[in-house]
Amino acid sequence: MKAAPFEYARAASLSEVCALLATHGDGAKLLAGGQSLVPMMAMRLVRPAWLVDINEIAELKFIAVEKDMARTGACTRQCAVERDHALAARVPLLRQALAWVGHVQTRNRGTIGGSLAHADPCAELPLVAQVLGARMLLRSGSGARTLEAEKFFAGPMATNVRPGECLEEIHWPAWSWRHTGSAFTEISVRHGDFAMVAAAAQVAIDGDGRCVRAAFGLGGVGGTPLAFPKIAGRLVGTRLDDAAVNDAAHAAATETQPGSDLHASAEYRRHLAGVLAARALREARERARSL
Amino acid sequence: MSETLHAVSVEVNGKPRSARVPARLSLVDWLREDLCLTGTHVGCEHGICGACSVMLDGEPVRACLMYAVQAHGHRVTTVEGLAKPDGSMSVLQDSFCEAHGLQCGYCTPGMLIAAQGLLNTNPDPTEAQIRDAIGGNLCRCTGYQQIVEAVQLAAERTAKEAK
Repeated sequence: MKAAPFEYARAASLSEVCALLATHGDGAKLLAGGQSLVPMMAMRLVRPAWLVDINEIAELKFIAVEKDMARTGACTRQCAVERDHALAARVPLLRQALAWVGHVQTRNRGTIGGSLAHADPCAELPLVAQVLGARMLLRSGSGARTLEAEKFFAGPMATNVRPGECLEEIHWPAWSWRHTGSAFTEISVRHGDFAMVAAAAQVAIDGDGRCVRAAFGLGGVGGTPLAFPKIAGRLVGTRLDDAAVNDAAHAAATETQPGSDLHASAEYRRHLAGVLAARALREARERARSL
Repeated sequence: MSETLHAVSVEVNGKPRSARVPARLSLVDWLREDLCLTGTHVGCEHGICGACSVMLDGEPVRACLMYAVQAHGHRVTTVEGLAKPDGSMSVLQDSFCEAHGLQCGYCTPGMLIAAQGLLNTNPDPTEAQIRDAIGGNLCRCTGYQQIVEAVQLAAERTAKEAK
């Protein structure tokens, strides 16, 4: 359970990261919070030749709440996001999801960008990114580009980040409707474990209780977290009554193609997908109504 | 093969410590094997059990999920650092003894760090908050009940002492 030898560089700035990635190419791996990468290295599932440590780069650690979105630096710790009240007011799904992420010790070290770049299909933050349509700003020696969450996640533990690129910041859209509610829920063997299935939802309603916008998604039931914009679109104009919510959740669950493993069969996962999607939508609706 | 050594300077339990370490040396192995601070335990070595918890800049983290080289320039507090300056047990440590918050003792350093981390920011926690704070630490003996009671006892005693 010890990592294989590797070379180590502690980068002091984003430009240094880009230079190191350009020099060492595919052999280099970025080390953010290390809460997934370090165990994988201990088990020798990955053996990078170089680790580029981005933990000391101040410019990658920030939370900025703006009019239509919140921006977080890629190396912002999960605990910092959890504690930020201004962020929780504008993008409440982040704090709601983080309550399910690991434990105090791992959230004190784990980062937002690290979790997204790790792209575990059961992980909570990638699901939030997918549901909200977060945008990832990627930096390399030759410039910057932005990827929508939908295009960022490529498959289980795989993203469309190119060699030489570093995730710099994440833009989380904030909804401006007054009655906006969101919710996150999941089922796992023990709290803090990887989710068997996770669900996230956000809805906005007008003064009459009619849905003006809805978004929801599921994790753990495909190679990437899934969002269901078309199905969610059908909720707009309804009063989000239980029948409409259950229809949408059922339609989404039917579209999923989960795998089977020791903990849950595909059939059980699909069942959970429907139950949890409905539960997340109902909780989000209740929060929206209570505002 | 010879591995590159990296210079690290870390404040450990209030004292400056310097060393040259290979990059792959975990923080917990450095603390135990080079600094002989064997209070911190090594359990699973992949971030599941919590036995290796230490405070990094005052906040509990898993010392098996950090390389020693990454602690450069930071403050680390191990279970040895929880005792009072004269070496006697802290209120929390005493409470663990009295409430039978340990049996074999393997998880205890991690439990103490996790619980102290909670009490530092929340001196009057609810039972649910205590269970959440130690949720990342596995104990295979006590069933957790006495550990929770020990933390509650420590919170009560600290509040009394403050009066």
